[in-house]
Amino acid sequence: MAKVIGGITTSHIPAVGNAINNNLQQEPYWKRFFDGYGPAHEWLKDNPPDIVIVVYNDHGLNFFLDKIPTFAIGCADEYHNADEGWGLPPRPPYRGDAQFSWHLAESLVAQEFDICTCQEMKVDHGFVNPIRVLFGDSDNYPFETVPFAVNTVQHPVPSAKRCLDIGRALGEAIRTYGEDKNVLILGTGGMSHQLQGERAGLIDVEFDLECMDQIATNPEWFTQFTNDEIMERTGTEGIETIMWLVMRGALKNDVEVVHKHYHAPISNTGAGLLVLDNK
Amino acid sequence: MVWTKHEYDKIPGTYVFDGKRANPAYNLNKLLFSFNEEKNRAEFDQDPAAYCDKMGVAGEQKEAILNHDFLGMLNMGANIYYMAKMAIPRGVSVQDAGAAFQGITTEEFMNNLLDKGKDIVKKVAGREGYWNG
Repeated sequence: MAKVIGGITTSHIPAVGNAINNNLQQEPYWKRFFDGYGPAHEWLKDNPPDIVIVVYNDHGLNFFLDKIPTFAIGCADEYHNADEGWGLPPRPPYRGDAQFSWHLAESLVAQEFDICTCQEMKVDHGFVNPIRVLFGDSDNYPFETVPFAVNTVQHPVPSAKRCLDIGRALGEAIRTYGEDKNVLILGTGGMSHQLQGERAGLIDVEFDLECMDQIATNPEWFTQFTNDEIMERTGTEGIETIMWLVMRGALKNDVEVVHKHYHAPISNTGAGLLVLDNK
Repeated sequence: MVWTKHEYDKIPGTYVFDGKRANPAYNLNKLLFSFNEEKNRAEFDQDPAAYCDKMGVAGEQKEAILNHDFLGMLNMGANIYYMAKMAIPRGVSVQDAGAAFQGITTEEFMNNLLDKGKDIVKKVAGREGYWNG
């Protein structure tokens, strides 16, 4: 049987990938942000996953606005990164595990979460940067991946409660897979930020920290907020933090909080790192 | 025909990307999405007006594209992530766009962001269990 060994939250913003490309990790602007990943790297060394599920949103690489699935899951043997319009060289392809993915899809639909299955799925910075910042750069990572895309771009987007609920179903799906696999789930994006409008540049440090504490220990807390309230408090793009709840729902209630790290600003955002051990 | 109203419409200085914005800007966003491919970027650069015509972008939206009026594009329904595909290679960052929205310089905008993080070590230290360098 597969098991969920843990969950990690992390920023996925393009600036993080650019900082890695340009080797800026020890520059004053970046140092505190990257140094805070040290304990996460240590934990990953002791708890190497066989499979990494990355919960993220596509920013207009795989999906166009013609068809936007609320939840979509990659069901392929391989996932390709590609040019997002900025002319950056793509990262090497990521291995998938189609059998595991199709099991997740079957189980989720059986549990009445009607997700979209993708046999071809290009993965953008939302998927790539969390892997880079947590596992470093490689053209042959020692794990398979599953992209799990949540629509946070074109409203209506799912509620925090829905994300927590599908996360719980995802946990059940993983636990019923017929092969011993250690599965890690990454909840990416956030935290508070708004890129557009006169309110651009909003960061709410206090609310971000409260979200981190509550999502770690009491994720139901986050479901009290409507998406309108989340956007009012954390900005239109701050809505991405709902994706953390997909990860959190797949874990048991009383996880061990291994590591908490928060930094702001990173580009326009507050950046939160949680390492949760599910054993 | 009427667009359904939302609570989020009342948030000041905020334009939530929903059907009301996505519908009239569909071709505009389709044009921006096409910039994922180098051959489309090159075709646009060769004759921007012709490329707008080909993609069905006309009127004020076409004018905004030809003038690199990113603020105008956002106001007309360009999605911020899609617009970044045109803006970033032309040296306009999301911070430049944010500054333009507020009518301040990019330096002022970035200083405002840094201000939000200036007490970060103290704020994090006031809570339990955070790594703090």
